[in-house]
Amino acid sequence: MSIRVSGVNKSFGDFAALTDIDLDLPSGQLTALLGPSGGGKSTLLRIIAGLELGDTGTVEIEGVDATRLPARKRNVGFVFQHYAAFRHMSVADNVGFGLRVRKRPKAEVRARTQEMLELVHLAQFADRLPAQLSGGQRQRMALARALAIEPSVLLLDEPFGALDAKVRKELRDWLRRLHDEVHVTTVFVTHDQEEALEVADRIVVINDGRVEQEGTPDELYDAPAGEFVMGFLGPVTTLAGHLVRPHDLEVETHTFPGAVAGEVARLTRVGFEVRLEVAVPEEPAPVLVTLTRADAARKELAEGTRVWVLPVPGASRVPVAGLAAARR
Amino acid sequence: MADRTPGRVRTVRQPSALRWPLRIAVVVYLVLLVVWPVAIVAVKTFERGTGAVLHALAQPEVVFAFELSAANAVWAVVINTVFGVGISLLLVRYEFPGRRALSALIDLPLSVSPVVVGLALLLVYSGRTGWFGPVLEGLGLQVIYAQPGMIMATAFVSLPLVIREVVPVLHEIGTEQEQAATSLGASPLQTFLRITLPAIRWALLYGVVLTLARSLGEFGAVNVVSGGVAMRTQTATLLVQERYNQFGADSTTAAYAASFVLALLAIVALVVVSSLRPKEHDR
Amino acid sequence: MTTAVTPALAGAAEGGDDLPSPGRAPSGRRRLTTLTRGSGLGLGIAMLWFSLLVLVPLIAIVVQSTAGGWSAYASALTSPQTLAALRLTVGQAVLVTAVDVVTGTAIAWVLVRDSFVGKRVLEVVIDVPFALPTIVAGLVLLSLYGAGSPLGLHWANTSHAVTLAFLFVTLPFVVRTVEPVLLEIEPEVEEAAASLGAGRFTVFRLVILPSLVPAITSGAALAFARAISEYGSLVLLSGNLPYRTEVASVRILSFIEGDHLTEAAAVASLLLAVALVVIVGLELVSRRVARHG
Repeated sequence: MSIRVSGVNKSFGDFAALTDIDLDLPSGQLTALLGPSGGGKSTLLRIIAGLELGDTGTVEIEGVDATRLPARKRNVGFVFQHYAAFRHMSVADNVGFGLRVRKRPKAEVRARTQEMLELVHLAQFADRLPAQLSGGQRQRMALARALAIEPSVLLLDEPFGALDAKVRKELRDWLRRLHDEVHVTTVFVTHDQEEALEVADRIVVINDGRVEQEGTPDELYDAPAGEFVMGFLGPVTTLAGHLVRPHDLEVETHTFPGAVAGEVARLTRVGFEVRLEVAVPEEPAPVLVTLTRADAARKELAEGTRVWVLPVPGASRVPVAGLAAARR
Repeated sequence: MADRTPGRVRTVRQPSALRWPLRIAVVVYLVLLVVWPVAIVAVKTFERGTGAVLHALAQPEVVFAFELSAANAVWAVVINTVFGVGISLLLVRYEFPGRRALSALIDLPLSVSPVVVGLALLLVYSGRTGWFGPVLEGLGLQVIYAQPGMIMATAFVSLPLVIREVVPVLHEIGTEQEQAATSLGASPLQTFLRITLPAIRWALLYGVVLTLARSLGEFGAVNVVSGGVAMRTQTATLLVQERYNQFGADSTTAAYAASFVLALLAIVALVVVSSLRPKEHDR
Repeated sequence: MTTAVTPALAGAAEGGDDLPSPGRAPSGRRRLTTLTRGSGLGLGIAMLWFSLLVLVPLIAIVVQSTAGGWSAYASALTSPQTLAALRLTVGQAVLVTAVDVVTGTAIAWVLVRDSFVGKRVLEVVIDVPFALPTIVAGLVLLSLYGAGSPLGLHWANTSHAVTLAFLFVTLPFVVRTVEPVLLEIEPEVEEAAASLGAGRFTVFRLVILPSLVPAITSGAALAFARAISEYGSLVLLSGNLPYRTEVASVRILSFIEGDHLTEAAAVASLLLAVALVVIVGLELVSRRVARHG
């Protein structure tokens, strides 16, 4: 195991940021810490980095107990949301900083800096100042800077949060490909489930200072451990006391075994999808159903159409606590 | 936004070995340079008792000197506030040739020696040999060795203070509010009085207090242009110099008493200003 | 300075990774308009006032200084007593500025990074030299460093008095220019340096100090200009002894009192030139800082 966190608790005054965190993050994999803002994932990342100290518990990195080690002795690469560029240094000097601080010979620093700049495609900006780069370029520089020191672990704190949507997507793909090339154990924090699902080998969902679930993206999406994880990773709707995915609902204009009756209250076409809001008498809120345009056209669905819905066999369903009890 | 958990303290800075030595060095330096000397003056002022101090302060020359200083200061404040706000608006909101140069020149009075200021005004406004002086005196306006000259000197040295406070605030608030007011039908004067002025009021107050303190304390420039005649053109600062150089315990007490009052006013101004600083920042 | 250093726009457009922002950062989001009639009139009045109060008198100094021709200008500046005054003034100002760079940065550091009981009081103490009338400053310093000093230091009428007076009046300058820059440094940048392996002193040396250099420089320039201009505190403290403790501004005053206005203007023009150099230098520094972002 590359990173082992045991029994970590952290409070800021009265606010409990992290409670009883136990995590094993495997070597060489790209792990996402996913969760809503304020949930504690950045705090956990910073504790792993040594930028914060947990109140209790231990942190082991590559088998070494790093709990009491300051950040600069942990050999972790850290990338910040707002780049934290050294403004007065050129891009090349930024990237080479970690090596210079380790008193490596100038030739080695130069060579490695060049290598890193080429890796992130910033070689032609080597002598520019960070202020002359775009946000995406600055973040690539920050990555190069963190990787230059050959860290045992690479940690990224919402690295694409400050960038706009198009750049974010590009850098997301780019990070994945970079990881496939470089294979450093990487942990990144995000609140964007699409990002986590797309990029990570493993996801740890953290909410309210606790680990809700960890596993591969498929495991989390298809077999969520609870309401929160299911609701956070994708769209959900409630039917018969269970949370189910709108695209896992079979809808027909005639009755079929087990199906619940309702009426299409609203129909919206969004791109290739058709989204239905079905008013079902037993349900307090409309049931959401998603299907393809072709499918909707074939079934001749329209607002006001009488329909029957049922989850497809094998669909992931999570009972809704409280609702199930009320139904009894 | 990265989840900024509340109360996040910078834990990277672990307490260092340098913290206490640095603290002590700084405090010692400030005590030796400022605190102790000021304290001694406060003590020395009251060496002969509070009665002596009050007696000294009640002398007609002393009273006059303070009134004159106050009058000059008030004039300087009014002039520099009116022109200060006007110039600030012009510098921030408009584009004209020489704007950058003007902006740089505005700071000049802070870097110029007060004696140079006095000489400069003397050269232009002296009734005898000045450029404009004789003409003005012919019209009945004596500048040098009279109050107008002192007011000009005082206004000169404190010129930039209001502007330096107001300009950054004008930059920060931008023109959107003013544009909204105009689109709703407000005239330029209304916009200024109802929108702009309230927005800059703390910065303006800050600048005014600084100007007042600086004006009350002016010595070198006024020394050159006023002649320092007691009961006519002698300000409080000039009085301090005169009394200190005279023999006699009464004179010394007068010098210290006047200094004490001036120092007190300066410190009061500083305290007022430092309590205004936070208000300046959360508008 | 008057024109606040406007923050350069962070790297222009974020979208479009292959479009680097231009080499020069734009000077800020200003919505400037050309002068209207009303504001043009206002500008005219303001400029008239500014000229009558500041520009014309300062020009008069330059004119008067060359009234006797260049040779008279040169000889006024090189007369032995004047030279001594200039040497003393500049020499002490340089020394004091160097000290201020160190003490100013240290004080700013303690004010920003440290917290202890009574720190607010220190903030007020530092501004005392700004607000205190210079003649009172002289009296104040005399109390501890003149005759009857509790420390036994009798520095009145020596060149130490000049040093002391300069240290006093220049105290706030470096502190006040460095403080806002220190406040603005993102903690993340220091954390980044730490995560890359830099120890605390290295972080200070390689990351913090370089970003303070422009602020320290402008503070030093202001302090230098202030020191060479100082007059009031030296009147009582230094005794104004020719060749020993007479500074440039005192020299000017004695010229004025002797009605040697041309010589006075000559020395004054020198001080004025230094003030202008400082102002222009600071303007350039602040533009360079705006470029760095």
